Amino acid sequence: MGRLRKLLIPGVDKQLLVRDATKVMPDPVRRRFITGGASFGALTLLTGCNVLDSSSAEEMLKKVSKFNDAVQAFIFNPDALAPTFPESAITKPFPFNAYYELDDAPEIDGKDWKFEVRGLVDNKKSWTLEELYKLPQVKQVTRHICVEGWSAIGSWTGTPLRDFLKLVGADTSAKYCWFQCADKEGYNSPLDMRTALHPQTQMTFKFGDEILPRAYGFPMKIRVPTKLGFKNPKYVISMEVTNDYKGGYWEDQGYNSFSGS
Amino acid sequence: MSSLAASNERTVPATTKVIQPAWVRTMHWINAVAIILMIMSGWQIYNASPLFDSLKFSRSITLGGWLGGALLWHFAAMWLLMVNGLVYLLMGIATGRFKRKLLPITPGGVVSDAKAALTGKLSHDDLTKYNQVQKLLYAGIIVVGVVIVLSGLSIWKPVQLQWLTALFGGYDAARYVHFICMSAIVAFLAVHVALAVLVPKSLRAMVIGR
Repeated sequence: MGRLRKLLIPGVDKQLLVRDATKVMPDPVRRRFITGGASFGALTLLTGCNVLDSSSAEEMLKKVSKFNDAVQAFIFNPDALAPTFPESAITKPFPFNAYYELDDAPEIDGKDWKFEVRGLVDNKKSWTLEELYKLPQVKQVTRHICVEGWSAIGSWTGTPLRDFLKLVGADTSAKYCWFQCADKEGYNSPLDMRTALHPQTQMTFKFGDEILPRAYGFPMKIRVPTKLGFKNPKYVISMEVTNDYKGGYWEDQGYNSFSGS
Repeated sequence: MSSLAASNERTVPATTKVIQPAWVRTMHWINAVAIILMIMSGWQIYNASPLFDSLKFSRSITLGGWLGGALLWHFAAMWLLMVNGLVYLLMGIATGRFKRKLLPITPGGVVSDAKAALTGKLSHDDLTKYNQVQKLLYAGIIVVGVVIVLSGLSIWKPVQLQWLTALFGGYDAARYVHFICMSAIVAFLAVHVALAVLVPKSLRAMVIGR
């Protein structure tokens, strides 16, 4: 660090320069210049450690991302509805998007599939697709926004998740609903409870009035129009109501965990 | 407030005449770091879903390595940019600096100063006074800075801040606004840095104040 400081202004002795410069300054200015110089030195020291050393830079970025989770939870208004659109605005064809090709998407037999409910709930029974289809459904035409930046408008129909949570006697004071999916490599994602209880957060069974096709997450997707696309799990196989942060497929790789829209 | 600050400046002896006060210098360099981090990480984010098929940014000039890393940088540096920018705006208004240094701007003045600059007849003797072209560019880039932050917020929070997103004409339009503002800042930077190198005493003033 000592060598580095000398190199800041090549060919100039920094200490002499500062001494000469402060002589011509009036007193209060002199003091401020010196303290300013000290903090600038501290700043270069700080940036020297944080930016050049990639592991500590990463630690700092993770901390800011956690801070951003808290900020977003604070901004989140549980009553603010995502804008809805007329059916004519629906994007056609609606894009298939995953970390694998469509051919590798899970192929689930609706007759065998069961939705497991675990954790802080009164009724831990598993649900067949037939049973779930009998629950009251609502339709929404909203904008799906991908973390990559693109967006597409789609039509999703299903049961509000908050109605289902009430039905199974979930402890809605718990912190998360943690979803596990059938995607290869085992996709999972945590959803904060306040978002899970948002009126537009939906257990989706239909896309564009048709049974959810394989490309969009058959047999069940969780549609969350107040979150980025990767927080909208497809091919869902279980939900755990929990107070523990269990991480997620993309969240663990560095995408911001709250990722609210 | 502004007259107070102006009279303060007059009482400073000519020998220690400050061209750029310490708060301007500090915020200028914090902003420089923030804006470079934002642009480089922003280019990496852009690459994940380009607005123009023919335009992608080389990884050698982007920050973050991949989309996830770039987003971490972008959403960390945004605090530096926003907090520093907000304090700068408040100081600029409260001290009367904006009014004193950047106004008035007249179309005639801009045209004649632009002509003088291009024919090499524009004086840089008094760095405390900006010419009309400088006033226009410096005032303009402040406006661009405000718009790029607002369009960025509307892309980040199109539900919670949907009134703001609607103001930009919707989510997709806000992405184009954000991109155009970035382009304007990059163009400004090219001219700004070139001129600072051509008139080195202006760079010195932004480092040591005089």
